[in-house]
Amino acid sequence: MAVERYLQNAISDWMCDDGPESDIVISSRVRIARNLKDHPFPLLATDSQANAVINKVSETIINGKMKQIGNFDLILLEDLNDLQKKVLVEKHLISLNLANESRKGAVTLSENEAISIMINEEDHIRIQCLYPGLQINQAWEMANKIDDILEKDLDYAFDEKRGYLTSCPTNVGTGIRASVMVHLPALVLTNQMNRLVPAITQVGLTVRGIYGEGSEALGNLFQISNQITLGQSEEDIIRNLHGVVNQIIELERQSRRNLVEEKRFQIEDKVGRAYGILSNAKIIDSKEAAQRLSDLRLGIDLKMIKGISASVVNELMVMTQPGFLQYIANEILTPEERDIRRATIIRKKLLEIK
Amino acid sequence: MLCENCGKRPATLHFTKIINGQKNEYHLCEQCAKEKGEIFSSSSESFPFHHLLSGLLNFDQMVEEHPLYTNPESQRCETCGLTFSQFKKMGKFGCSDCYKYFELQLEPIFRRIHGNSQHIGKVPLRSGKSIKLKKELSQLKAILQQKIALEEFEEAAKLRDKIRALEHKISESRG
Ligand SMILES: [Zn+2]
Ligand SMILES: [Zn+2]
Repeated sequence: MAVERYLQNAISDWMCDDGPESDIVISSRVRIARNLKDHPFPLLATDSQANAVINKVSETIINGKMKQIGNFDLILLEDLNDLQKKVLVEKHLISLNLANESRKGAVTLSENEAISIMINEEDHIRIQCLYPGLQINQAWEMANKIDDILEKDLDYAFDEKRGYLTSCPTNVGTGIRASVMVHLPALVLTNQMNRLVPAITQVGLTVRGIYGEGSEALGNLFQISNQITLGQSEEDIIRNLHGVVNQIIELERQSRRNLVEEKRFQIEDKVGRAYGILSNAKIIDSKEAAQRLSDLRLGIDLKMIKGISASVVNELMVMTQPGFLQYIANEILTPEERDIRRATIIRKKLLEIK
Repeated sequence: MLCENCGKRPATLHFTKIINGQKNEYHLCEQCAKEKGEIFSSSSESFPFHHLLSGLLNFDQMVEEHPLYTNPESQRCETCGLTFSQFKKMGKFGCSDCYKYFELQLEPIFRRIHGNSQHIGKVPLRSGKSIKLKKELSQLKAILQQKIALEEFEEAAKLRDKIRALEHKISESRG
């Protein structure tokens, strides 16, 4: 089945290359929302109306001018079991909303998994482009190009005054959500996030933890994205995000330097303990794993740990998520069983490298 | 029609009031009417607000007389059937025409969410072209009316040819 190849590896091909600023920025993503004219939004569409949208859009993507971008596979969500859906969510290839809410959802994925076009999510079309490191401009350019190609064959719901019309009023206008995933262990350790988050919010951006609930960010991973979609051009939105992320990178680097200068032993101890526990533990829950992996990654970035690449940590971060663990095990696991599996996977991976 | 007091929200209350033999028409939104109501009741004309809205001022009759009267909550998108109150509950539109049917109510909502209500970003290449052409067309048609009014028929004939060519172009760009 076509979907298997997208589930095998925890880390997508596009993530294997290091992007710019990859010691802090994990990935950049641009998602744009589009809808077809004269079709009810997915929320109110009947099954046959929703199927008509899938046929129309996927036909354009798979057989149309999109060939110049690459080859795409169409995956219907109704053909997937819950575990398979979970894995796609954990790899950020589909949204939680598409996995859980959509009745007639589908996704088309590019072979390297850098491009995911969701169909019948909240909107008819959601084009998502992922790049490693800080490459938010590149992600926008690619999404923009794909949008132009699709628009040659599809009639979009567009209004001169309101722009691209979307199911939710928070996406109307440009329909763009640009986001950057950053690893900020030093800013968290020095308690600076409480001060930083309101400042980021004030310039029209939002910050949220990638894993974990609410403001709690497991593994010190945060997603920073634009909030406003109407009344600003795409270029301004991208530039604003890029500028703020550059400042955050500078702050994180400064904090890391300070930590190394003032608390080298404590940091080395933290990193060493993380490595020790991760390579020896027999049981580890997701919260501890995320924290230890973050510590390990900090050690790699600070050159305190050698011989392990940061991409291994990225990979483990996804591999130790509940969906992926169970998919690999090929069965539903209790939380206790998951904690054992999680520890095993991490141990084996770290042993492989040494 | 917008509220004549704040000029922001749609006017949903339309009534006439006779003061000293002078007939005045009012078109207000609910909020402004409420605020005014307090003024009315505390002033010399001491009757409670709900009287203002009911029989005393022939409100019901005025409602029927004013074709523009709409209760914003029960306003419905003719295309998908979603009512404005359903939209408010879900926070989601049912179709792209909802934007047209709820236009007046949406203006303040967009301002609250985005601080803006006017798109200035990307315009789709294909349909964007026809939007531009349509604008041009309506401008030409306006000039044509002027020329006819001024009895400049030669000019008008030229314009008519131009309009025809443009209309042809628009129908082609729709493909
Ligand atoms: Zn008013
Ligand atoms: Zn509608």
